[in-house]
Amino acid sequence: MILSKPSISSPSRADARLTAALALAATLAVGILLLIVLFLLRESWPVLQRVGVLRFLTDPGWHPLEGMLNLAPMLGATAASSLGAILVAGPLGVASAVFGRYYAPPAIAGLFRRMVALLAGIPSVVFGLWGLTVLVPRIAQWQPPGASLLAGILILALMVLPTVALTAEAALGAVPESYLRGAAALGLPRSGIILGVALPAARGGIVAGILLAAARALGETMAVLMVAGNVVQMPASLFDPVRTLTANIALEMAYATGDHRAALFVSGLALMLLVVTLVAAAGRLGGRQLHG
Amino acid sequence: MKPLAAISVLKTFAFALILAAAPLAHAAEQKLVLTGSSTIAPLAAEIGKRFEKLNPGVRVDVQTGGSSRGTNDARNGLADIGMASRALNPEENDLKSFTIALDGVSVILHKDNPVKALTNQQVIDIYTGKIANWREVGGKDARITVVNKAEGHSTLELFLHHFKLKNSEIKAHVVIGDNQQGIKTVAGNPGAIGYVSVGTAEFEVGNGTSIKLLPMDGVAATVENVRNGSFPFSRPLNLVTKTAPQGLAKRFIDFARSKDVNDLVEAQYFVPLAR
Amino acid sequence: MARRNPRFLRDLLLALLVWGVAASVAGSFLWLVGDMLWHGAGQLSWNFLTAATENAGRSGGIGSILVSTLLILAVAMVVATPLGLATAVLLSEFVSPGNRFAQLVGLSLDVLAGVPSIVFGLFGMAFFSVFLGLGFSILAGGLTLACMALPIFIRTAEAGLRAVPDDWRRGAAALGLSRSAALSHILLPAATPALAAALMLGIGRAMAETAALIFTSGYVDRMPSSLADSGRALAVHIYDLSMNVAGGDANAYATALVLVVLLIVINNIALWLAQNLLQKRIAQS
Repeated sequence: MILSKPSISSPSRADARLTAALALAATLAVGILLLIVLFLLRESWPVLQRVGVLRFLTDPGWHPLEGMLNLAPMLGATAASSLGAILVAGPLGVASAVFGRYYAPPAIAGLFRRMVALLAGIPSVVFGLWGLTVLVPRIAQWQPPGASLLAGILILALMVLPTVALTAEAALGAVPESYLRGAAALGLPRSGIILGVALPAARGGIVAGILLAAARALGETMAVLMVAGNVVQMPASLFDPVRTLTANIALEMAYATGDHRAALFVSGLALMLLVVTLVAAAGRLGGRQLHG
Repeated sequence: MKPLAAISVLKTFAFALILAAAPLAHAAEQKLVLTGSSTIAPLAAEIGKRFEKLNPGVRVDVQTGGSSRGTNDARNGLADIGMASRALNPEENDLKSFTIALDGVSVILHKDNPVKALTNQQVIDIYTGKIANWREVGGKDARITVVNKAEGHSTLELFLHHFKLKNSEIKAHVVIGDNQQGIKTVAGNPGAIGYVSVGTAEFEVGNGTSIKLLPMDGVAATVENVRNGSFPFSRPLNLVTKTAPQGLAKRFIDFARSKDVNDLVEAQYFVPLAR
Repeated sequence: MARRNPRFLRDLLLALLVWGVAASVAGSFLWLVGDMLWHGAGQLSWNFLTAATENAGRSGGIGSILVSTLLILAVAMVVATPLGLATAVLLSEFVSPGNRFAQLVGLSLDVLAGVPSIVFGLFGMAFFSVFLGLGFSILAGGLTLACMALPIFIRTAEAGLRAVPDDWRRGAAALGLSRSAALSHILLPAATPALAAALMLGIGRAMAETAALIFTSGYVDRMPSSLADSGRALAVHIYDLSMNVAGGDANAYATALVLVVLLIVINNIALWLAQNLLQKRIAQS
């Protein structure tokens, strides 16, 4: 019945038109990114032009109403909290995937997978609320003030764990069964099969998942704002309160005006720069995966 | 089955364009836009709903933010009416302000903190980091957690003004955005000190939240004392316009200052003006 | 893989570790969800879902918020689906992976996928709300979310299309079908489950969004009467109730429960649709 369709009468012309339309759509998709960068630049231009880039790293502090515009501590906090979250969520997420794939009885594995997927769907505000009322008071009993880099890392880790677990599980699922059977036939112990064969074979997918999770941790806003304390300072210990770039925008954007507003768009640009760096790193790591 | 994918793509683009163009075309409805203080926003939204019921065909849109945003938007014409939870600053004298309610700001501690009162100087020393342990002001041997508001909120400006501080002098341990984050932070940390709106704090105490309000200059922080004017740290909640309000804006402001909204003002734990 | 008794200490250790991690992940999950249920379940009722908000959200329901959220999502999907689908088709069917343009598109998508939601919020505010003059509106919010959901949607859809066996393409070519005909009759139907999954992921990311929406679709909690109205989304409502409204916690948790249940429902509908569509198609051919 497919042959009866009229479109096959002049396939080449229909195809050419289609290709053009598709290319237009793809160009639009790329255009969005350009547009974002363009508008961030446009909004931050007044302050960039007047005070230059350097002062965003050398000013004595972040007091935009008093003309001090140092973003460096918030860059540090963003890097530290994302890195910490990945260090926690990476191994835990991979272990969860190994559990679902190789250890759990089928019924439990299904349940566990649904649970992880659901965890991925819980809105960040809820994580923040839970962190603020449950986690932060517990840390405060031990090391006041409680609202801290540590609280931010733990909440972020919980939030990005599903990303790592789901992608790692998919990657493990794609490892050819013959590898595992071969390893078993060679008499390798179970831990040897998992650590020595399955995980290395799934490395590419796992790394991709971890980088995806890192990007999510980097960009998370509301939950971090609620638990990390929001004090602008370079984190010196896990128990120091910190303010990330994203939290800074959310806290101050609603009432920022003039140079202050432009400076917040500069922090948006800085975030973009971090993401580009991450994607570039992913490209290099991915490349090495292919050849190595 | 659908026809060619290309056609459906084009169709949807056209649809999207129409969608995007539609709002530009219709702006005929009578609409009042209010922006500014997150403290006033819930109250203004409630007053707006009642105003809409009484005036069919009128829409009142309330957007939240901070007081500085409210005064700025009113000046730039981005909003018909700005909301500011403080008196106008000297440099904002070109604007007109209309008080719709009163609110107090009070220092709060965790309920289990034995400290019963702090002098103004003690509060200043705590906030500037000179006093870092509750023992120094007669409390337990525990570190003080200083909770401060983020820049741009009028509660912060009032606090700085009242204690004659600059924000860069404050050594905060936790910086919060809106009111409830402050209450939740203090309720979860026995060593914390913060400052929030009196009305909501009193409500939270009544609901069993683990906080307590400290008296200011010997006057207890209660809504009653804000009402009778004896509480030294109170503020007006203002609606702000660029010029003398006319038409719809004037009707709304008059309505917001009338007795008809007293129940709404009290429901948000503020002190109504009109008797 | 066959289950066997741990023969080595390392086997035992790894098993303990993996079970321990799974238990602690499940534990945190139950704690989190239990907390939500404990505080919020009591508020849930039909009335809560349909009534308008009252007293700044402390009482009344979330009817208007639900409508606004669904409208924002609808705008986002109407814009993102055709654009995303077309891009995915181009990348998987019409250009070779080594193509310069394809590489550029791919790279932009990777960057776009990593852009923080708050940056989308800044962009949406500057571009849709101010530059295009849409103001605080459901339209501005929906368009912002469309930009945000696009990269995930494209990448997942692309993967789904690539997963269709090449034999089908060769078969179509052998029958003399144009590529467009092959696309609409064979490839897209075959990839439907993946496309539905892609849509689902996009919705999932968009639905729980606070940061991108607070600056674009705004704070107004009234029932919207057109797409030009400002409308408060569920996640923004949760944030305001928990952070700005004294006595709003119970309704904040209840709203969060509604949001999570809604996500599960959308999830299952998409899955069901995908499976049924696929079966019908196979039955036809």
